[in-house]
Order: sequence, then structure tokens, then C-alpha cells
Amino acid sequence: MGFLDYFRATPKSGKSATLAKERLQILVSHDRLEANSPSYLPKMKEELIEVIRKYVDVDQDAVSVKLEQKGSREMLELNVVLPD
Amino acid sequence: MKGHRSAVIDFDVGLRNLDLIMGCERRVVYDFVNVINGEANLNQALIRDKRSDNLYVLPASQTRDKHALTQEGVGRVLEELSEDFEYVICDSPAGIEHGATMAMYFADDAIVVTNPEVSSVRDSDRMLGILASKSRRAENNEEPIKEYLLLSRYSPERVKEGEMLHVEDVKEILALQLLGVVPESKAVLTASNSGVPVILDKEGDAGKAYMDVVERYLGEDLPHRFIEIQKKKLFGRLFGR
Ligand SMILES: Nc1ncnc2c1ncn2[C@@H]1O[C@H](COP(=O)(O)OP(=O)(O)OP(=O)(O)O)[C@@H](O)[C@H]1O
Ligand SMILES: [Mg+2]
Repeated sequence: MGFLDYFRATPKSGKSATLAKERLQILVSHDRLEANSPSYLPKMKEELIEVIRKYVDVDQDAVSVKLEQKGSREMLELNVVLPD
Repeated sequence: MKGHRSAVIDFDVGLRNLDLIMGCERRVVYDFVNVINGEANLNQALIRDKRSDNLYVLPASQTRDKHALTQEGVGRVLEELSEDFEYVICDSPAGIEHGATMAMYFADDAIVVTNPEVSSVRDSDRMLGILASKSRRAENNEEPIKEYLLLSRYSPERVKEGEMLHVEDVKEILALQLLGVVPESKAVLTASNSGVPVILDKEGDAGKAYMDVVERYLGEDLPHRFIEIQKKKLFGRLFGR
């Protein structure tokens, strides 16, 4: 905790402002990803998941598709949690 | 008020209001779209502020045609204004539609006005994304638009109670330099009711906060005010002021 933080009106956790901050942090990073991704991404995700499920018996939420941007390079990350 | 020749343009096509806030609504003859279409020249359309010799207002058009502002036309008018004015202030409408994109496209600096509320902060972040990608500076690979945060309707009491986002939290989420905090104030409505900009209210907190914003923007290094709860001064209480 910084020196100045000590003087900040520290809101108690559990208060709505804390909740607002947490929600915003998640939302904003999600928005930023979405804004930078092509509009076909949701459909592509859906189809990819469908194809995988044709071969492997996994739950819908066991497959995650993420598009990441690192500098000028775009990375499509496909994550499948296979059943034991 | 600081002696710089300035023009303010209302970009809210279809919902003209800046003239009302500035108290010059009865002197509107021509508007921004008239100038773009060559139906009037800038000298005819610009309204000189009654209180400030260096300030001029270019009102928005009331047309329902959303695309009345063409990029080429806006660029032309801004170019012409910049020959005669030190500062051209583009008042952007809310949202990410045409009017807003036109207001920001040619910008050098951007002041993002946010309320300490989730929806407002989120929208501001979206606007920042557009500023960084869809402006002329971005398209020409020039130095990016300088972005500043102006937090309005702030209530230190509610922040203390944990009911309102702290200014530091908003700053952190948006990763912006803070230009100023304007406290929630009754003077703002009084000012708009009477068509007198609140910055002219030299006694009130909101007026002072806006003056600080201007001075900071012009390069002065002022400490931020109105972030802490203002206690009644002891002397003030003792002497019943
Ligand atoms: N510091 C303040 N204290 C109290 N009320 C305020 C304050 N700032 C703004 N308001 C009120 O909030 C409302 C919106 O303000 P304003 O028109 O400046 O916002 P805006 O972002 O320009 O809106 P728009 O997107 O419609 O152009 C007005 O009713 C105004 O009186
Ligand atoms: Mg406005």
C-alpha cells in the first residue's frame, strides 16, 4: 500500500463501488479483445467447437477459442479439455 | 477566459444543445451543416460569445440527415478555423456513431468526460479504442491523439461510503492522465437553466474545478481538488459563516 493510499477514503470491500471496479476490469478487458476481433469470430468459434465434438466427446464448455493480439501478430488459441 | 482565441463546434447533428448551454440560442442563424454545404460562410455562422471576446460558437444543425457531416466537409471547416483560432473544441455527441466519429477524427487532443458509473466508464473505454484506431492520426501513423480524463459528477462522500468508484480506480481502469475532477454540484443545473457556463461561477466548486481543468490543460501544474470530503472549516463554524 502506497503512502498516499493510506489517506484514500478506502471503501470497505463488499460495498458496491468495489463490485463496480471488479466488474469493470473484467468487462473492459473483454471489450478490448472483442473490439479488435473480426466479426466472424463467434461463428467460427461455434463451428470449431462443433467439429471437435464430432470426434471427441467433450462438453460444450470444455472447448475455448481465444483470439489474442501481440503487437502485429494475431494468435488463435484453441483449448480443449479432453475427458480422462 | 485565458485570452486564447477559441471556437466550439457542436457535433450533435439533429440534437442541437450547445447554443442553449452557452446562452446564444436566439442568435443562431446558420449552422455547421450550412457551412459545410457552402450555404453560409464561417463568419456568418460563428456566434460570438457575449461574455468572452475570444470565444465563438458554431451551432449544430437540426437536420435529421445523420450523414450531413461529411469527413471532407468537416476537415475543410476545421482547416479554415485553425487559420484563425488557437483552439478549436469539438463537442462530441454521446455514442460511437457518425457525429462522434467526425468530432474525433481530426483531433490532436481528446478529453474523455466520464461519470463514476460503470456504464460511463465502459463507454469511455470504447471511445478510447476508437480514438486509437479510427482517427486521422492513427490512419496516417502519426503520433497518437493525446488523451485526458475528466471525471464529472464526483461525490467524495459517496466514495467514502463505498458507493461510488474512486477517481484512482477510474484512472487505473482507463489508464489515462487525469485532467480534473468536477464534483456533483447544483450549480451545473442552475448554469444550464440560465445559459451561463458554470465556469463563470467563480465561487462554486464546479466552476473552480472547470477553471482548474483549463489551466492544467494549458500546462499549469495544479494539485487536484474536490477529491476529498470538504470539512466545514473550524473558523467557518465558529463564526457561523
Ligand atoms: N458536476 C455536475 N453536477 C451535477 N450535474 C451535472 C454535473 N455535470 C453534468 N451534470 C448534469 O448531467 C447532465 C448531462 O450533462 P452534459 O450535457 O454536460 O453531458 P454530456 O456528456 O455532454 O451529454 P450528451 O452526451 O447528451 O452530450 C445535465 O443534465 C447536467 O446538468
Ligand atoms: Mg454534450
